[in-house]
Amino acid sequence: MITEKQILDRIEQGFSGSFAGPEAIGTLHRRLAARAERQGLLDVSYRTVDSPLGPLLLAATGEGLVRVAFSREDHESVLSRLASEISPRILRTPRRLDEPARQLEEYFAGKRRAFTVPVDLRLAHGFRRSVLLRLRDIPYGRTRSYAAIAKAAGNAGAVRAAASACSHNPVPLVVPCHRVVRTDGSLGGYLGGPKAKRALLSMEAAV
Amino acid sequence: MNGALRLPPRPRPRLPRRPATAQRQRAARPFEEIVAEHGALVMRVCRALVGPDDAEDAWSETFLSALQAYPRLRAGSNLRGWLVTIAHRKAIDLLRGRTRRRESPLDGSELAAPGPAAAGDEELRSALDALPPKQRGAVIYRYLAGLPYAEVGKLLGSNATAARRSAADGIANLRKRLSKGTS
Repeated sequence: MITEKQILDRIEQGFSGSFAGPEAIGTLHRRLAARAERQGLLDVSYRTVDSPLGPLLLAATGEGLVRVAFSREDHESVLSRLASEISPRILRTPRRLDEPARQLEEYFAGKRRAFTVPVDLRLAHGFRRSVLLRLRDIPYGRTRSYAAIAKAAGNAGAVRAAASACSHNPVPLVVPCHRVVRTDGSLGGYLGGPKAKRALLSMEAAV
Repeated sequence: MNGALRLPPRPRPRLPRRPATAQRQRAARPFEEIVAEHGALVMRVCRALVGPDDAEDAWSETFLSALQAYPRLRAGSNLRGWLVTIAHRKAIDLLRGRTRRRESPLDGSELAAPGPAAAGDEELRSALDALPPKQRGAVIYRYLAGLPYAEVGKLLGSNATAARRSAADGIANLRKRLSKGTS
């Protein structure tokens, strides 16, 4: 007679089947994401892409790119915040982010000067949002001061608030907050770190 | 790749935070994490419940339904129990649909028949499928899904004590069946 333990082991192992491999769950996951999207149940999709500034997290809603995050922001906690601030219906869905990923790749290769993907600025409110809306007017390879941006956004006195809007930009790179610097010409802060800001500006100047 | 960028300490929260009221009480982990953590277990349960051929359908239905309900799930809920409960309902739907699609009712042999995509322990599967329904359910939910007896009881429409007995009887029956021909 076989023992109870042997039975329990067989139960534990007997149904793993071909699902043990990561490929099987990959296929099921893709199918789940596709069905969720068709049924309007996918609120946020995301993927990561490699870049010269390290891995970037890209997240989009149905309306557009909602978040670009540097790895120093900790992608996992960025996703948790998206879950509480937008919706926890979040799945890794590379396909929905193919276009932003491609445009970023072209940008880093020096082959793209402006992004044409739709952007969803729902994570920025009030004055911060007005500031971000002005940033896309700054041409590639040029810079503006925080003071000039504050004025353009409709409140010339709100220089610190304009700087804070830039440093909280949920969609850096695509909304080019790296092109805003201090009036004295020094760089000012950046979500991706000062090195990244300097690297972007010299890349844009060199191309 | 710039390895140095991975190292800095976690930055302070940089996005504006909303007041943590009602929303905080709801599940807030990205659903992706739930699929990654529980996907394999739910698949094993689906395989045991509906067999290898329909397991992928049951799995997809389970997670799609879970995704729909997820924003309303209370924080701190037992995710595994929640998912297995959904899988249980989806398996019943699937088996009912399967019966409806046939002209003649199931004679039982179909359930145990290995499909082309079958993998794993066929002998165990047929022995399990031959158990009385409560014993079969108790064994699957207790020993495969790892649920506490109270939850197993709820799924089977009974209680913890009855579920414990069904699970013990089920294991004893499996031992008898699977020992045949081995000694």
